[in-house]
Amino acid sequence: MKKNWWKVVAVVFVLYTIIAGFLFNVPAQPILHETIRNLYFHVPMWFSMMTILFVSLWHSIKYLSKSNIESDIVASQAAHTGMLVGALGLITGSIWAKYTWGAWWVADTKLNGAAITMLIYLAYFVLRGSIDEEQKRARIAAVYNIFAYVMLVVFLMILPRMNDSLHPGNGGNPGFNKYDLDSTMRMVFYPAVIGWILLTVWIFTLRVRLEKVKRKLLYND
Amino acid sequence: MALFFAMLLVSISASAQDTPAVEMATGLYQSGKIYVVVTVISVIFIGIVTYLVMLDRKISKLEKEIKK
Repeated sequence: MKKNWWKVVAVVFVLYTIIAGFLFNVPAQPILHETIRNLYFHVPMWFSMMTILFVSLWHSIKYLSKSNIESDIVASQAAHTGMLVGALGLITGSIWAKYTWGAWWVADTKLNGAAITMLIYLAYFVLRGSIDEEQKRARIAAVYNIFAYVMLVVFLMILPRMNDSLHPGNGGNPGFNKYDLDSTMRMVFYPAVIGWILLTVWIFTLRVRLEKVKRKLLYND
Repeated sequence: MALFFAMLLVSISASAQDTPAVEMATGLYQSGKIYVVVTVISVIFIGIVTYLVMLDRKISKLEKEIKK
């Protein structure tokens, strides 16, 4: 239990955001109306994705310096988990867009950037699947993963700052400025981000442990 | 006359600044049924967490057995 305290934090934080996210007051904004509450659930998906993909990048770099196959397992499982939250972010964003911007998909810098990022990471899995030899696969995948994260930074952090977007803070900082979030919303939003990141990490550690058990059983190493 | 028009203009521009009331789910909050929604989502989330905890334990058990 001592080792698992952060899982408790994850559950408590997310449960708090579910309750507070629906019950606390939100500013009445035209177009958004009550959908402003989506912020507590949709945005943490992207924070989680960027965090877990950074973990993936970290272990890919580690693999390239130490050539330990364990780093490769961790990197690939982190990327898998990143795709899960990324897909949830895309789907929830699309639903939200339909009811506020009027279409399931609009040619917005952030939307297209997120979609391209997902495709770049899908190519990472195709690349992995196409190489049989383990060390070779790990090395090439690690190099590609570094490229993929650089592309993620370009598409999700640099390009949205250079173009207009329907997202808050458009044509400048893609994050929120002081007018977009009031202090009540911050009280829910920040725990939501922390809670979802921790929950994503939990799912990721389960995947890694399962993969290691599988390898032990299959190859006895 | 000019003063009258000036005052009219000021009053029109002042009323235009009054933002129209944004429609919110006030009824859902007044009737208290929002709590039903919160409860349902909480139950779903707790269900998923219970599932994760069980998976976690299963994997721990497997890890122990492999170590033996």
